[in-house]
Amino acid sequence: MSAKPHESAHLHVSGEAVYIDDIPELYGTLYAALGLSERTHARIRSIDLSKVHAAAGVVTVLTTRDIPGRNDCGPIIHDDPILADGVVQYVGQPMFAVVAETVIAARRAARLAKVEYDDLPAVMSPREAKAQQSFVLPPIHRVRGAPAAAMEAAPRRLKGTFSVGGQEQFYLEGQISYAVPKENAGMHVWCSTQHPTEMQHMVAHALNLQSNQVVIEVRRMGGGFGGKESQSALFACVAAIAARQLNRPVKLRLDRDDDMMITGKRHCFEYDYEVGFDDEGLIRGVKIEMVMRAGFSADLSGPVAARALCHIDNAYYLSDVDVRAMAGKTNTQSNTAFRGFGGPQGAIAMENIIDNIAREVNKDPLDVRKLNFYGRTERNTTHYGMTVEDNVIHELVAELEASSDYRKRRTAVRDFNAKSPVLKKGLALTPVKFGISFNMVHYNQAGALVHIYTDGSVLVNHGGTEMGQGLNTKVAQVVAAELGISLHHVRCTATDTSKVPNTSATAASTGSDLNGKAGQDAARQIKTRLAEFATTVFGGKIEEVVFANDTVSANGNTLTFAELVLRANHARVQLWSDGFYATPKLHWDRNTLTGRPFFYFAYGAAVSEVIVDTLTGEWKYLRVDLLHDAGNSINPAIDLGQVEGAFIQGAGWLTTEELWWNKDGKLMTHAPSTYKIPAVNDCPADFRAALYKNANVEDTILRSKAVGEPPLLLAFSVFFAIRDAIASVADYRINPPLNAPATGESIMRAVGAVRLQQRA
Amino acid sequence: MATQPEMARSQIRFILGGKIVSVDAIEPTRTVLAHLRESLGRPGTKEGCAEGDCGACTVVMGELCDGQVRMKAVNSCIQFLPTLDGKALFTVEDLRREDGTLHPVQEAMVECHGSQCGFCTPGFVMSLWGMYLQHTKSGVNDSRPEESEIRSALTGNLCRCTGYRPIIEAGAKMFDLPIVDFHRDALRENLLAIKRESALSIEYKGQHFFAPNSLAELLQLRATHPKATVLAGSTDVGLWVNKQFRDPGDIIFIGEVAELKTIQANATMLTIGAAVSLSDTYEALREIYPGMNEMWERFASQPIRNAGTLGGNVANGSPIGDSMPALIVLGALVTLASVAGTRQLALEDLYITYMKNAIAPNEVLTAIEIPLPKSGRQFRTYKVSKRFDSDISAVCAAFSFLLVDGRITDARVAFGGMAATPRRAALTEAAMNGKQWNEATARAAMAALAIDYVPLSDMRASSEYRLSTAQNLLYRFYLETRMVEPLSATSVSVFA
Repeated sequence: MSAKPHESAHLHVSGEAVYIDDIPELYGTLYAALGLSERTHARIRSIDLSKVHAAAGVVTVLTTRDIPGRNDCGPIIHDDPILADGVVQYVGQPMFAVVAETVIAARRAARLAKVEYDDLPAVMSPREAKAQQSFVLPPIHRVRGAPAAAMEAAPRRLKGTFSVGGQEQFYLEGQISYAVPKENAGMHVWCSTQHPTEMQHMVAHALNLQSNQVVIEVRRMGGGFGGKESQSALFACVAAIAARQLNRPVKLRLDRDDDMMITGKRHCFEYDYEVGFDDEGLIRGVKIEMVMRAGFSADLSGPVAARALCHIDNAYYLSDVDVRAMAGKTNTQSNTAFRGFGGPQGAIAMENIIDNIAREVNKDPLDVRKLNFYGRTERNTTHYGMTVEDNVIHELVAELEASSDYRKRRTAVRDFNAKSPVLKKGLALTPVKFGISFNMVHYNQAGALVHIYTDGSVLVNHGGTEMGQGLNTKVAQVVAAELGISLHHVRCTATDTSKVPNTSATAASTGSDLNGKAGQDAARQIKTRLAEFATTVFGGKIEEVVFANDTVSANGNTLTFAELVLRANHARVQLWSDGFYATPKLHWDRNTLTGRPFFYFAYGAAVSEVIVDTLTGEWKYLRVDLLHDAGNSINPAIDLGQVEGAFIQGAGWLTTEELWWNKDGKLMTHAPSTYKIPAVNDCPADFRAALYKNANVEDTILRSKAVGEPPLLLAFSVFFAIRDAIASVADYRINPPLNAPATGESIMRAVGAVRLQQRA
Repeated sequence: MATQPEMARSQIRFILGGKIVSVDAIEPTRTVLAHLRESLGRPGTKEGCAEGDCGACTVVMGELCDGQVRMKAVNSCIQFLPTLDGKALFTVEDLRREDGTLHPVQEAMVECHGSQCGFCTPGFVMSLWGMYLQHTKSGVNDSRPEESEIRSALTGNLCRCTGYRPIIEAGAKMFDLPIVDFHRDALRENLLAIKRESALSIEYKGQHFFAPNSLAELLQLRATHPKATVLAGSTDVGLWVNKQFRDPGDIIFIGEVAELKTIQANATMLTIGAAVSLSDTYEALREIYPGMNEMWERFASQPIRNAGTLGGNVANGSPIGDSMPALIVLGALVTLASVAGTRQLALEDLYITYMKNAIAPNEVLTAIEIPLPKSGRQFRTYKVSKRFDSDISAVCAAFSFLLVDGRITDARVAFGGMAATPRRAALTEAAMNGKQWNEATARAAMAALAIDYVPLSDMRASSEYRLSTAQNLLYRFYLETRMVEPLSATSVSVFA
């Protein structure tokens, strides 16, 4: 397979790619905006909407009373109202919707409500939630071996705390839904979502309809990153409720600030840990308690906690381990999926521990990392009972260590720091092992439809959604390869719940694994029919018919694919097919937290070198080397784009991206002016990313590996390189108390603490 | 004599797609972006944030400056439609060639895999096209940008997918492809055809928008409309409208006032007109005060600097504006004019309290005078923010002094982000004046800073970090300028 441009690249660059807000509007379209809570937790004593109604251009105002069906958009637990009913639970929670003749009229009017609140006690941080045992779901807990005894018996011990911040998805295209009423109570919603089927269910419930009356359609999203998995529902529901009531098309496109005030983000985590290890740095026993900011409702916090728990090991064998994850209920946005889905938050906790151990035993952190890696044939069972059968971390890290010149640069960094009073360099190599599949077994299925038209052109539809990751490109490549035709003969169309039903979210990196296989299955069925037809015409064996280079050869006869297709059609051969795939081998026991939740693992490693200013906390990259395992890549250009993009996004999470709530519990970083995702100069000037040569040992689509989420963890190397630079201030003898995000301020706090401890 | 508003034109005219577009009766604060998407059938330009911080809405504007066509990328989400009058607008839809093939900018983006979700892409393409035009003025590839210039052109565009590397590559690769000429002469003709000789005056539901052409007209309008909002680059007023839903009332746009668009130099002063863009200011100061270049690079983003003005930054008087600390320590003056005459103030005297300044209701800030460098005077300005590009300062510092017989005289220290206005640090200066520039003096001055300022805590930084960083920046200044073994900028700053 080869590096092809994104199937929409020519449309992206010419502005011709159609996003929801670019669809030509139907006559009579109205626009909605939401009125938001100004309190963290309060009973709504009264709400006066008269000024809202009276504002210029307003058509109607909707409250909970206008919801024909259920006032809920919680994906798993039903604790997530579409509009607040009597009680608000965070600043930014939607209370009512305004529908107006123009976008600006709706937005202006939404600010005019007079609301009286009776404040209730609010929980504002995960630690506070833990202290009050305020959880959205029961904590989960997994013990393997005898961690307490193992730590007791270990030659050395360490305990401490650590924290990582949350992260706003910051998809460039904000949340948007455009609902159009259809005959017989039907509803068609164009929705920027990663999960059309769930949107279909939510809209059906809100309108009191059957699923067969609701169609959700999305051609592409302007980014999703998890933020449009469950949380597109509220907007789809509001648009649909308004469209139903007014019998007019209604569009709800969020202003960026409203989007950031309303929707959930990556969960921030707080950790308490204890570890026992030997003089070489080998971990003997470890205990980790983590509490995350779930926000006011459960949303996807349950599965996020489970994935965090399953990734606490990262690439390391933990013989005796006690890990607990708690979903703290806080009066903030309900946190949700974000690329990695708890995996990064789990894995970084262990990386931080290993980094600490290295300084305790006075070794290069890389050596302690290698010492603790999973073995190939022993020390290879995860703490949740899955055997790691595809381990390539040793070879991969060895290759990167050599190609990045790690050891030589380690010496150079130390030499530089000895002579540089203000600026300090830091270097770190960190590994990644990431489990692929939804923890929820039944999510691991997909369907596709492949149509071949009589001119030989092929149309593919599948249940996955395109959000920039190149899913449609890869599925089209798979179908083209299966049929032996050129890529330009294959097109993918919009995801549509009326075409392929009951789909899974495009999430957990599984898009190409699932939908690629389903597309291949569909194409293979038609191909078999065509081969059969070819043998009836030309003779020979079905299995010897060759599809390649836009031609078909059977029994010594070669004709173009299009010719064969036309003849098959005239012979009344079915030229379209469905396809289906369910990931094999998976099982998971939610009670014991054991099983095989993952079909396989993806691996990677990164080396970052940074230079840090110990007067201001400013820093920059000197060089970054990435090596990532995408298996037998279907499209190396797309996969490399995922690797680099995930790295930069992960680096943003761990450095400049800071969510900050003021004392009144209001999120103050709710726009790009205050919330700083990486910009162009946050791309390293010396940036060397490569794919690791590997083929999946499991029978995945063309032996490739999922690549959406795993490389986000490569960014750990940035955080630990910064930490390494800070540690140099005290000759690498003190563990810097650096928390993420490592903003300049966070860095200076750690520098100050290290200096203070050095003097003490 | 000034043209009376009632004699002025009320129709907005601009060039789009090679044709003149006329717009009547429009809300003066309607944005260029909204008009493109909702009324002109051009949805290629996207809204990502509506505050000029993400660049998805980037377009290129063409205008005549001294008879020459100038093209610059700006954020269409915060530009009001009436400010387009007399200009040309180019969007991503204008780039494909007549035969439908992609422009080299677009082709390079495809070849380098520069788009993933594609939503930010039209904005990147327009920023790159803006740079492309700078290097192909004569219809050939007359020069090639350094990577730093490519990056600088992209500082106003956020991409959440790619990590930027392929886009930066596309910015170089586009010059490898056959050059596509841009027909400046035809555009010049078109712009001349819609050149406005009289003021623009729009009334919509009782709200007025005035765009005077001359200083006399402007001062007359100011006298009769003292409550009107003075609009220059719209990089702040655009946010009042989009984000705070504020009604700016009547608007007086100064962007077409000829006298305010000039930069003049004499033996001692550089005079920057109030309507001169930040980009042009940067160009004018680049050689004179190279010590400010890092600050300029970090000052907002290129499209914001293309639209925003130094006059606006100074008159706005935000406590976190980046130009003021440097201008204050350099001893800049501001000129305030009204129908009654003009007066000059030291910049530091312009600011009274938070967002309140000394400009009278009938006055307009017309120019900033910046003294040229004097030999023997040390000067540095530093900015610290969470992100290098396009971020608002946590702390912005400027330091200057003259050394006479080994002793500091006329120490000038000013900060942004440390108080309700940009202002000088009197006690810190006192701790420096008359002293030798040694470690003890630096430490004493750092201690004095803690008395001069009690900074706020907010989402950008805590009070403690602001103060310690301010002190450390003073220390950095000391390390760079001390008498004995001064350190190079590159050994005390990661960005130098």
